[in-house]
Amino acid sequence: MSAARLDRRDVVARILAERGDTLVVTGLGSTTWDAAAAGDHRNNFYLWGGMGGAAMVGLGLANAQPGRRVLVITGDGEMLMGLGALATIGTAAPANLAVAVVDNERYGETGMQETHTAHGVDLAAVAAGAGFAAAATLRTMDEVEAWIPRLLGGPGPLFAAVKVGIEPAPMALPLRDGAAIRARFRDAVLGGRAEE
Amino acid sequence: MNRDSSMEDWPDAVFGVLGEAGVRQVYYVPDNGHRRLIERCHADNAMLATRLTGEEEGVAALTGAWLGGDRGVLLMQSSGVGKCINMMGIVQECRVPLLMLVTMRGQWGEFNPWQVPMGRATAPVLEAAGVMVHAVDDAARVAETVRAAARLAFDAYRPVAVLIGQRVVGFKDWTR
Ligand SMILES: Cc1ncc(C[n+]2csc(CCOP(=O)(O)OP(=O)(O)O)c2C)c(N)n1
Ligand SMILES: [Mg+2]
Repeated sequence: MSAARLDRRDVVARILAERGDTLVVTGLGSTTWDAAAAGDHRNNFYLWGGMGGAAMVGLGLANAQPGRRVLVITGDGEMLMGLGALATIGTAAPANLAVAVVDNERYGETGMQETHTAHGVDLAAVAAGAGFAAAATLRTMDEVEAWIPRLLGGPGPLFAAVKVGIEPAPMALPLRDGAAIRARFRDAVLGGRAEE
Repeated sequence: MNRDSSMEDWPDAVFGVLGEAGVRQVYYVPDNGHRRLIERCHADNAMLATRLTGEEEGVAALTGAWLGGDRGVLLMQSSGVGKCINMMGIVQECRVPLLMLVTMRGQWGEFNPWQVPMGRATAPVLEAAGVMVHAVDDAARVAETVRAAARLAFDAYRPVAVLIGQRVVGFKDWTR
């Protein structure tokens, strides 16, 4: 019998508790709610759309802010839609970028249909094959704990798929207005340069 | 010196304009029409040129770039435009400056019929997704068009595509 699956909210809250001044990009839907549930933060850029784009938003940000840590937290469905981004990031090799996939093996937002990861697609293997500095699939909180310092400070690009359960989580919605989210984020990152 | 005027050196003039506009991050899927510009960007230490597997990646990446304080540009051929459309939701909703330089296929002197449908759809599809379109068919006007588009993108926070006509880029000689 396999052990109980991790709770997605516990995982995301645990990672973000150690975030320091890390810049966080979340994928549309559930991972945006997960980050909101862990506590709103001015260094969070919440995507509510652009499915497949989260990791690449992270790359552009990591390239612009090489002195800062950038963590992308997204869903398995979202990552699968932009799989090419793993090849692009592996090639670009940003040392300050980490991608964490909250992998429930489902398209949770749209009715819990199974994704490709429920059928054997191994995202960490794809990331490793694409040239990420390290990539792993994490199934226990101990494994997550061991990876947190890496995700938040190890030499990148790093990739972790965290296997989580499918229990519904309570609604937690952050800012919704894209213009407001971007203005707040730019102000947090750039301060006086934000109005350039 | 005005380097905007020769048929062959428009990519060099555009490169100069990108530098003046403060462009740092360059994302591209290759097109033959962008060959020289891509080479110039790779060779410039002040620029970071990144190859994409798909054009839509570039729209997302330029969003991140601008969030982090960098200006950027996305280079592609017209076939790649359709792939970008859903990502335009991000730049529209968040009012992110987006500068795209699109080399056209499927128009002036095209020999490949498979290029024609997307070539004809390029401008209407971009406009439908809220992107402002500047088409340029004269090599001597490419650089000034890119300059204007960069202002519109970065100073007025708008998504702008410059469509560089096949008349400028040239067409393959089918017989050779
Ligand atoms: C381009 C596009 N296709 C489909 C959708 C519909 N959609 C919204 S969320 C989602 C599933 C996301 O799945 P995942 O990233 O795994 O998130 P989670 O399972 O955590 O909800 C889908 C298919 C969309 N928003 N955009
Ligand atoms: Mg999922």
